[in-house]
Amino acid sequence: MSKRIHVSTTVNGDEADFLCDPRETLLDCLRDHLGVMGVKEGCGTGDCGACSVTLDGRLVCSCLVLGVEAEGKEVGTVEGMAAGEVLHPLQRKFIEHAALQCGICTPGILVAAKTLLERNPDPTETELRYWLAGNLCRCTGYDKIIRAVMDAAAEMREAS
Amino acid sequence: MSVHKSLPHDAAPLHVTGQARYVDDIPVPANCLHLAFGMAEIAHGRITSMNLDAVRAAPGVVMVLAGEDFDEIPDCSPSAHDEPLLSDGTVHYLGQPLFLVAATSHLAARKAARLAQVEYEELEPILTIEQALAADTRFEDGPRIYEKGDVDAALARATHIIEGRIEMGGQEHFYLESQAALVLPQEGGDMVVHCSTQHPSEIQHKVAHALHRPMNAVRVEVRRMGGGFGGKESQGNHLAIACAMVADRTGRPVKMRYDRDDDMMITGKRHDFRIDYRAGVDAHGKLTGVDFVQMTRCGWALDLSLPVADRAMLHADNAYHLPAARITSHRLRTNTQSATAYRGFGGPQGVLGIERVMDHIAHTLGLDPLEVRKANYYAEMGGKAGVNVEKGVEAKGAGTAHKISSGTGGAKRFGGAHSPEPMEQGQQTTPYHMPVTDFILNGLTAKLAEACDYHARRAAIADWNASQPVLKRGIALTPVKFGISFTLTHLNQAGALVHVYNDGSIHLNHGGTEMGQGLFQKVAQVAADRFGVPLDRVKITATDTGKVPNTSATAASSGSDLNGMAVKAACDTIRDRMADFFAEQYQTKPAQVRFADGMVHVGNEAIPFDEAANRAYVGRVSLSATGFYKTPEVAWDRIAGRGRPFFYFAQGAACSEVVIDTLTGENRILRTDILHDAGSSLNPVLDIGQVEGAFVQGAGWLTTEELVWDGKGRLRTHAPSTYKIPACSDRPRVFNVALWDAPNPEETIYRSKAVGEPPFMHGISVWSALSEAVAACGPNYADLQAPATAEEVLSAIKRARG
Repeated sequence: MSKRIHVSTTVNGDEADFLCDPRETLLDCLRDHLGVMGVKEGCGTGDCGACSVTLDGRLVCSCLVLGVEAEGKEVGTVEGMAAGEVLHPLQRKFIEHAALQCGICTPGILVAAKTLLERNPDPTETELRYWLAGNLCRCTGYDKIIRAVMDAAAEMREAS
Repeated sequence: MSVHKSLPHDAAPLHVTGQARYVDDIPVPANCLHLAFGMAEIAHGRITSMNLDAVRAAPGVVMVLAGEDFDEIPDCSPSAHDEPLLSDGTVHYLGQPLFLVAATSHLAARKAARLAQVEYEELEPILTIEQALAADTRFEDGPRIYEKGDVDAALARATHIIEGRIEMGGQEHFYLESQAALVLPQEGGDMVVHCSTQHPSEIQHKVAHALHRPMNAVRVEVRRMGGGFGGKESQGNHLAIACAMVADRTGRPVKMRYDRDDDMMITGKRHDFRIDYRAGVDAHGKLTGVDFVQMTRCGWALDLSLPVADRAMLHADNAYHLPAARITSHRLRTNTQSATAYRGFGGPQGVLGIERVMDHIAHTLGLDPLEVRKANYYAEMGGKAGVNVEKGVEAKGAGTAHKISSGTGGAKRFGGAHSPEPMEQGQQTTPYHMPVTDFILNGLTAKLAEACDYHARRAAIADWNASQPVLKRGIALTPVKFGISFTLTHLNQAGALVHVYNDGSIHLNHGGTEMGQGLFQKVAQVAADRFGVPLDRVKITATDTGKVPNTSATAASSGSDLNGMAVKAACDTIRDRMADFFAEQYQTKPAQVRFADGMVHVGNEAIPFDEAANRAYVGRVSLSATGFYKTPEVAWDRIAGRGRPFFYFAQGAACSEVVIDTLTGENRILRTDILHDAGSSLNPVLDIGQVEGAFVQGAGWLTTEELVWDGKGRLRTHAPSTYKIPACSDRPRVFNVALWDAPNPEETIYRSKAVGEPPFMHGISVWSALSEAVAACGPNYADLQAPATAEEVLSAIKRARG
């Protein structure tokens, strides 16, 4: 067992510290050391997007990032999307459009969609489809997800 | 009324905030152990030595168990007692669990499991259909055969004989949450099991059996699964049993979840099939008889292969009246993962067989495939329902489908021009001799063809193809008629438990499990409607074998049909007790007491439901009840192939347009239109979600999802890097889904219809459209196989060109 490393990071705006093996993934650190359970493991190889988080605003698969890489950075997960009791427009629209079924891909897709809208508040449907192509969903067939994100984007543009 | 309303999934607010808990998210005690299997590296042979010293010495390892550590290796089979948890010395497939590692972390267990030194005496594996037939390795003593009429005579008389073969691949479930179980030992050796399973009662049964304890020593709880699709009907047994064995020996909580690669290497998948067909048709493409030979690789153990293969036979007709038919089914034993339940349960394979025949007939006779399909449809609903007249009427009755399938659709209740027409000659029957009395696809197809402008688009595509050298398009409209009920008749039962607390809140429990399909919401809508209260009064609770016993798997699309009815019965029992109580208090009749708008209306008074519940409690009325339901009418002899295996048929049709690149074989779905029959939908938005998801999954099965085993029996596509399920970018560019809104003629829960599996077969429209696009490349029959990957499309183009 190699020496454990102390990592100081920020998760959803809150300071967080943990000790980890240098080979542990950020995904495992979030779930096992910090109890951030909205981050899901789908494949562990960066193909399904269920573990999507942001690292200093950049969308990453947390199964492909080491926990120690979070040192001094800001991690964003689905748990940080709502402002208290007030849901993010994307969250609200996912409920309204019934854009989820089993729900285990939902946190990753929300994080990915939020990152897109921060860069491009007015994506075309094609841009959105290809942006989300790295987030697999086995239940919905994606249609309601696309509609929910496009609707949320429109609402967010009006509000801004 | 809370039923028939479009309401989102009950747990949606939890899902979007990351709070919804799956098995792997449940907080565990600090001393929890984690398991991993060590797996076989060969497909067939004997273990000559297994050295586990390095495994035992690895960091974090607490216990290692192999077959020899058990007096009797626990069995994991749902059917035949032929699946030992760990190898008994024989290896049946590459990936089979040989030993079990318990360690202080998931990663430590997995790493240690790789350190074993195993030596084998290799035997020749049986991997292909040819090898299995040559060696005669099969389940059951010979092929199963269902017959109707004189097929040989019908084929001898036919104007044309169309014959060929279609091979169709299997399919990985790829539920995003891999298999998982958590076992918490209790006092006196009892076990509480949290498991991602569609079948809690079976987990309870198998865990109890493994522990040599009665079922009352084991309680299984399932709040939700991260997808199931049939893959969690029997495949979770191994994890729950493994955890229970280690928990029993160590007294510690134990968790096991498969890593994605392990999940794909160990667990069963959809059965792949080869179907040979010989069809007789008249000059107009109307079938006179069909002879099908279905062959499927069941893998190494029986699992659910018999009912899967049966259902493939039962769907060999799909929507078409076969005057004479013979369906022969070979269930072959191979050294591969034990194929298991997957959405449709053999039905899609049977349906694809005859849809292929329709396309082949159309190509040979130069007809529009849709016209061939319509010419062979069963007669529309409206015959003398329920009268079983079958003898000697088949030949005469056969003409009726033709007669009523013409004309343009409209927006009337059953599709306009196709008003039900009595069948004077009696009913048409399926190849298993069940009268088809609820067929609606003549009207539904006409309506869809009109709505999606099929004929004009088909003509435009032909023109476009004529002028395009590289890209070719195709369009196809395919139907589905899917039988609803478990074919093992005794499984068609369900139970429920409902409590009304004295503050008016309602606790709802039933035997169905939630895997994302929205069952809990639909059933809660039923409960709220029975009591006439808002939906937020009803608390949906985790499936629990301690609350409702002896449940069937949530499978066969039966979840809301069975559990909805059981919940209705439980609610009505309580409601009737309350009505009796208030009728007596207000000196009226119980029938005069109404439950609506959150009130109990009695005499001239309206009592708020919470107050009514409390008054009933104080009046010493029991406010807790069980409910039970069993599907009526079904009776079936699976050996003879006769009877009524299904309560009713769920139906629908889909039209897809695709484009292929003839240089690379790559393809896209340009547009899909679906009209699907969910009866009087309990919840249209959830049902449409099922239709959309099922279609995309079905299209994936027949296009990009390819399982590849190498010559040694190693599955080469064991991760999403190599096994491609549809992604967001693959969804049709235009995607229109609508429900055919008409009540189920059978008395189902609020006249709704089951919706989980039937729309899976709408994916066949994509495959048929690809077949059409390929046909535009040359004069020959292209003989497209499935899945139609880019490689397969390219090969088919070459065959078309000759």
